[in-house]
Amino acid sequence: MENKLVVSPSPHVHGRDSIPKNMYGVLIALIPAFLVSLYVFRLDAIIITLFSVLFCVGFEYLIAKFILKKQPTITDGSAILTGILLAFNLPSNLPLWILAIGALAAIGIGKMSFGGLGNNIFNPALVGRIFLLISFPAQMTTWPVPATAATDAVTSATVLANLKFNPDNLPSLTHMFLGTEGGSLGEMSALALLLGLGYLLWKKIITWHIPTAILGTVALFSGILYLIHPIPQHNPLIHLFSGGLMLGAIFMATDYVTSPLTKKGMLIYGFFIGIITMCIRLWGAYPEGMSFAIVLMNGFTPLINYYTTPKRFGEVKKNG
Amino acid sequence: MLKTFRIGGIHPKANKLSAGKTIQSIEIPDEVSIPLAQHIGAPSQPVVKKGDKVKVGTLIGKSVGFVSANIHSSVSGTVKKIDKVVDVSGYRRDAVIISVEGDEWEDSIDRSETLINECALSQKEIIDKIAASGIVGMGGATFPTHVKLMPPPGTKAEVLIINGVECEPYLTSDHQLMMEKTEEILIGTTLLMKALNVSKAIIGIENNKKDVIAKFSQLASSYPGIRIQPLEERYPQGGEKQLIDALIGRQVPSGALPIAVGAVVQNVGTTFAVYEAVQKNKPLIERIVTVTGEEVHNPCNIRSRIGVPFQALIDFAGGLPQNTGKIVSGGPMMGKAVAYTDIPVTKGTSGILIISSSKAKRKTPKDCIRCAKCVQVCPMGLNPTLLMNLSEYAVWDRAEKNHITDCIECGSCSYTCPADRPLLDYIRLGKGKVMALMKARKN
Repeated sequence: MENKLVVSPSPHVHGRDSIPKNMYGVLIALIPAFLVSLYVFRLDAIIITLFSVLFCVGFEYLIAKFILKKQPTITDGSAILTGILLAFNLPSNLPLWILAIGALAAIGIGKMSFGGLGNNIFNPALVGRIFLLISFPAQMTTWPVPATAATDAVTSATVLANLKFNPDNLPSLTHMFLGTEGGSLGEMSALALLLGLGYLLWKKIITWHIPTAILGTVALFSGILYLIHPIPQHNPLIHLFSGGLMLGAIFMATDYVTSPLTKKGMLIYGFFIGIITMCIRLWGAYPEGMSFAIVLMNGFTPLINYYTTPKRFGEVKKNG
Repeated sequence: MLKTFRIGGIHPKANKLSAGKTIQSIEIPDEVSIPLAQHIGAPSQPVVKKGDKVKVGTLIGKSVGFVSANIHSSVSGTVKKIDKVVDVSGYRRDAVIISVEGDEWEDSIDRSETLINECALSQKEIIDKIAASGIVGMGGATFPTHVKLMPPPGTKAEVLIINGVECEPYLTSDHQLMMEKTEEILIGTTLLMKALNVSKAIIGIENNKKDVIAKFSQLASSYPGIRIQPLEERYPQGGEKQLIDALIGRQVPSGALPIAVGAVVQNVGTTFAVYEAVQKNKPLIERIVTVTGEEVHNPCNIRSRIGVPFQALIDFAGGLPQNTGKIVSGGPMMGKAVAYTDIPVTKGTSGILIISSSKAKRKTPKDCIRCAKCVQVCPMGLNPTLLMNLSEYAVWDRAEKNHITDCIECGSCSYTCPADRPLLDYIRLGKGKVMALMKARKN
């Protein structure tokens, strides 16, 4: 009997948190955005999301099993999440073969080439999206008209594209907030994404630091410009509710693996994502800069981690 | 208003299965093994030899050096031998093994239940008596109490803090002691205040012990200078530094002792032992031990003599369950797993936790997903995942720069990690290594 006793160092209990719990938690938080997408794009939303998930999970399984020769960990939910986030960053009419290439870039280059979950430097879904954006600019920026819009046209520009190239043709803020205007699959509704944020905070899956820093910086940046020169291009509300800002700030920039560890670091990271996004939106060649901003700051994350330390116990006293 | 500490912390499930169970005494076994190293510091020197007759309270081990403590016999009988026995550390260490004959106490010990409020002893006499009685910190750290009562030159105690937090899940020994010996603890607090020459004492109790808070608050009014402070339920609030922060809002600087911010912390069990030593001449020969676990038939609080094997206490609680996978001395967060059931109860044994085999083993660690949850829960404001990596790859200089030696080994990081990584195992290893390197550099 006594020889069977386990002797291990403390602690002897675990909080039962797990990687799947967090991953599936994020998936639950994405449900409102998916429902909006379903309402707006109907069957296309299901097709793109489903195939994106299938491709991502499939590629991860194949690469893990046959190239890395290790036990595939597809049940941890991270490949499913990458698939959904990739789909949410794509137009609803993207051909499936392009989607497959995007999924391969996301999982193959973005994640598995670094050794799998936990070791990647850049957000895999964004690696996939940017790969496609640069490789297939036409298909990636042709947005089908939402089934909810009252027009005969087949394709339309996004709010941000209009803002950049055709500022007189802007939808109402309410439409932007609710998400009935054109755009990528999951970035449509600020309201739905904010509901997701509420869930993530409530379940303590993420902290408030990154989303707040990004949204706050964008609001402040455009707000100051709007005070100086009140044109639609500077309207903070348009910037907050359009494009991939909400999706990026809440679901992409907060990716555990590629964001900083300390609260201070998270605020710095979020601040620069906000700044870079606004610079690209206002002065860059692309109408939207969220994904570039996040991936750029992903690259700075190790550096931010190196130079920011958590607030240490007893530190204040020592300096004070 | 509930108070709490400011950085990190977790809220593990309390699982106080033995809460409210009256303290029960168990029969003294035929033989006890009393280890000579029951405290932090130098082990005591045995002052008895084979064949000597001892009574309850007879000095059997004498403290050597400044940080050390006396050891007294907890039973009456004959010294069988002085031999090495496996103690809670897992090592074989010296212990006095006594064959029990009857239960005869030293005449000087007052065994009555009469409450003695008055104390005519001076500050020095109280400290001497505490030292002579072999009292050590009974919360688990087992630091000799009299040493804590003599602040080093240049420091001054301003406030005495009594630790009634018991933030470890499962344990209820302090809770039950506070319920049954409320006045004794208040008198003990007064004695400690006198020993430290302070006029203020705060008893910190977590809010999951509302009965104790009510009882203390009702009685404390007749003890000037003592205040009861309810605390939020949060682990590791019973950690000395966290408790000081929670109660008086001062943070002990890195590497310093609580006295640096004018505080001295004593556990409630220690405070009760001080009462018994000073007012009743009773050395530290017994303590309250919680025997608990989901599968334990009768989770309970036991008054056990020092040196009684765990097995006797486990038997009292209904025997070892069939599916036992792990036996922990102490609580689940900071307790030590033991390999045998004949380990003796010592001054620091706050509980015996029995974990079933299905929960005894850890899950396989996965790669770190850098979720930063360990950083958020670390009560010392460290970066556990970084410290683990630095320890794993033996980067000692960076581990030192990132304050690995500040770690209090509370285990909040490992508890929280969604990837089941053994953060504290590595940090503990690195902390030991860095401390050794720092010591070598000093010499």
